[in-house]
Amino acid sequence: MPGTAVSSHAPRIRWHIVVFLAPAVLVYTAVMILPLFDTLRLALYDEVEGQRVFVGLENFRTLFGDPNWSRQFWNALANNFWFFLIHMAVQNPIGIALAAILSNPRLRFSGFYRSAIFIPTILSFVIVGFAWKLILSPIWGIAPGMLDAIGLKSLFAPWLGREETALTTLALISVWQFVGIPMMLIYAALLSIPDEILEAGECDGVTGFSAFWKIKLPLILPSIGIISILTFVANFNAFDLIYAAQGALAGPDFSSDILGTFLYRTFFGFQLQLGDPHMGSAIASAMFAVILIGVCLYLFGIQTRIRRYQL
Amino acid sequence: MTKRIFAGALLGSTLLTGIAQAQEVTLTIESWRNDDLSIWQDQIIPAFEAAHPDIKLDFTPSAPAEYNAVLNSKLDAGSAGDLITCRPFDASLALYDGGKLADLSDLDGMSNFSDVAKSGWSTDDGSATYCVPMASVIHGFIYNKDAFDELGLEEPATVDAFFAVLDAIKEDGGYIPMAMGTNDQWEAATMGYQNIGPNYWKGEEGRQALLSGEASLSDPEWVAPYEQLARWGEYLGDGFEAQTYPDSQNLFTLGRAAIYPAGSWEVSGFNTLADFEMGAFPPPVPNAGDECYISDHTDIGIGINAATEHPEAAKTFLDWVASPEFATLYANALPGFFPLSETPVEIEDPLAQEFASWRQECNSTIRSTYQILSRGTPNLENETWNASAQVIKGAETPSDAGARLQEGLASWYEPKP
Amino acid sequence: MSTARHTPLNSVAAHAALIAYTLIALFPVFVIVINSFKERRAIFREPLALPDAESFSLIGYQTVMKQGDFFLYFQNSFIVTVASLFFILLFGAMAAFALAEYRFRGNTLMGLYLALGIMIPIRIGTVAILQMMVATGLVNTLWALILVYTAQGLPLAVFILSEFMRQVSDDLKNAGRIDGLSEYKIFFRLVLPLVRPAMATVAVFNMIPIWNDLWFPLILAPAEEVKTLTLGSQVFIGQFVTDWNAVLSALSLAILPVLVLYVIFSRQLIRGITSGAVK
Repeated sequence: MPGTAVSSHAPRIRWHIVVFLAPAVLVYTAVMILPLFDTLRLALYDEVEGQRVFVGLENFRTLFGDPNWSRQFWNALANNFWFFLIHMAVQNPIGIALAAILSNPRLRFSGFYRSAIFIPTILSFVIVGFAWKLILSPIWGIAPGMLDAIGLKSLFAPWLGREETALTTLALISVWQFVGIPMMLIYAALLSIPDEILEAGECDGVTGFSAFWKIKLPLILPSIGIISILTFVANFNAFDLIYAAQGALAGPDFSSDILGTFLYRTFFGFQLQLGDPHMGSAIASAMFAVILIGVCLYLFGIQTRIRRYQL
Repeated sequence: MTKRIFAGALLGSTLLTGIAQAQEVTLTIESWRNDDLSIWQDQIIPAFEAAHPDIKLDFTPSAPAEYNAVLNSKLDAGSAGDLITCRPFDASLALYDGGKLADLSDLDGMSNFSDVAKSGWSTDDGSATYCVPMASVIHGFIYNKDAFDELGLEEPATVDAFFAVLDAIKEDGGYIPMAMGTNDQWEAATMGYQNIGPNYWKGEEGRQALLSGEASLSDPEWVAPYEQLARWGEYLGDGFEAQTYPDSQNLFTLGRAAIYPAGSWEVSGFNTLADFEMGAFPPPVPNAGDECYISDHTDIGIGINAATEHPEAAKTFLDWVASPEFATLYANALPGFFPLSETPVEIEDPLAQEFASWRQECNSTIRSTYQILSRGTPNLENETWNASAQVIKGAETPSDAGARLQEGLASWYEPKP
Repeated sequence: MSTARHTPLNSVAAHAALIAYTLIALFPVFVIVINSFKERRAIFREPLALPDAESFSLIGYQTVMKQGDFFLYFQNSFIVTVASLFFILLFGAMAAFALAEYRFRGNTLMGLYLALGIMIPIRIGTVAILQMMVATGLVNTLWALILVYTAQGLPLAVFILSEFMRQVSDDLKNAGRIDGLSEYKIFFRLVLPLVRPAMATVAVFNMIPIWNDLWFPLILAPAEEVKTLTLGSQVFIGQFVTDWNAVLSALSLAILPVLVLYVIFSRQLIRGITSGAVK
């Protein structure tokens, strides 16, 4: 159970709660929630001969029933799950491993490593997309040249241009960029484990790797939980990297199309495709539902089961 | 004649603005041409402000990929600039229909343009025009003259000769025969399909037949360009699947590739980047002696934000844009963007001249997907990008591509005979 | 302190792993920066070579400098980022405290409400936000950006901070209450210092998307006087770009300030983390 404190005074209006909540709620409601819902509401409308008319769930029927739309939607959703899976399977374990190594108090230069590994996270997508396209380019040859130098030239392929590899390559670039986030969060969590607990473990002969598995890992589970759900939400809202590297059509042949790029294309339009705020809002609502389901599964299915220790 | 119109327009507009407002106004121009920023700042704006000291101009471009989204958001919220650079056809038509662009049919300067030039920015029935045509771009092939001389090659006139040239370059091995990639997709469609296609579907004739429903995208004349594209793959550089548009430009201007499927807008950039001599040839015709067709696409226009606070000043500016003076200035500041006004304009750049000369020999048409046909879902232009890239990579056969596009188009488009 | 066995072999392995990953992390940045100092042909001929006497060139930087007031852009980005972070942290921590500390009707609901925002991309609301900014006259001011970024950052801040605040010991707070401290003092004097590591974390994670955002500056504040650095460098990264010298220089210039900012913040971050851990 979360360690919520029971306040001593009960039924009166506790003004301090209002004061604590008011600024955040006001700014958030006015600048974010109202505009968002003002837009999402458009999902229930359509434009007929220049007039905005209420059509109920018609747009959703189009989205899921018309093969032109549903094919794109399911393709984007499936790609999005693959994108997320790679993050969970690659980014988070690497982040945890790096944090575990870094948290060793005797390690020299840990400050330097920590800063260096975090640097990709602070770069803009434009820079990341450009740099990796340059490195992976079959023409300017940084990657092929390097593989050639170790005799593995045959392994090189124009990864970003192949349907089978484009999405995975992009996911790995994204992992490269964001591995600093789980690393930092886990690092902070590991440092806040009191030494007494570890020392008590040592008295029982639990050290090294087994100390990590048996003592530290259970203690940082809440942080891992947060990271997982943050990764989920960020991945299902992702857009910029793929847009920067592959454009709004998320080529080749939509193999790197995820919900974010599909939404952008539909909502704002692209090239000759006119923006369609109504269908766009329908897609946004569907994305919102997907994310909401994921977050609820986490909040009610997982978070309540994680033991939380007040340290 | 034109001089008189210009002088009249100038006089009329100065009088008008003189009466309407003595104080200075500043007009903001929305544009996607961020590459032209310095040309506007250093040449075009000073020229206009010298003639109209009471009107100041502010050119605020955004990146081409975001332009439509940014512009529409600003127009909806009412924070867009006074003057709007117009994409051709439906994107701007939607703005006009939505009341965002002012009707310019009775602008004096409009008389300088033919109906064809105005078609990119007129309603379907041609009754109203809402943007002043600024320029069109022409497709063709730019080649490295030094490389051609070295290998003893000549400009190919027919498709067979074209592939013979490509074979010769490939055999020699010193150059990549052709610089194009499929990563960004639009190159394959725009510089590929729309470049070579008009020779097969006979330009306007084929395009009108498609609009009226007499032709279908799975007909031989519409599939044939894909058949040619399918043969391009083996002449492109290694890993062309991941080659981007800037990659292609750099491959060619660094002298590594011999031929570049081009749009004329490349001319000014290539002039500064390449240190070899360049030539250009129009898309080769299927059989010797065939009539030739080129894509001479109305690409850029400029209109007035219907909500502007300075409509008179904006009209003054557009009259100037419609004038021969602007046409000459623009054509020579940006060689490769060809003015659409009926007065012939002296173009100084030799490469741009070459492109422009094809207008005399060949029949002009516009890109097949731009007018009306990209209004529905699936979007024909996007599908054409996809199909062109797939066909070049060999991931889809030409006939499958044609059948898929036709099926998509037929699912929403009802031809009006 | 931990007395875990620490063999030299372990330590070598740890350093080897860290060095390997550091190289992977820094390599692309290195490629961009070295190539920004080379002339165009050298970039393509030998992308990995360091600039030497023959290939060294500042032409890219000259092009970039001609094209806009990069110092002003930097200043705008800096103001927007710092102000937004300040509001996110202050408002976010206050709300997180209320949610983590007090049991009141609608607590869970409020928590969910505040978390909604991390589930929908705020970009969807662009038109409505822009209309609001136009109506309030905030368009083309830095305030428009600060408000949007604050709203955008709050959900995550509340989410992370409340998670950490639940870990703050109840005994400490109750002791404060017994000493007669008001709830405000308990929050500002006792709790805030303890969650400093979490605050630093939130600051770093919010700083990045704010600094790098292109979309809202483009829409809400495109005017020259309020242009941000990312928007300023975007001029070079359009569809028709071939001038890689200028692109690479602009990218290098955009990397540099955020790198400096990060180095400054990261000291704070680490100090915060460690001071929070020692209790």
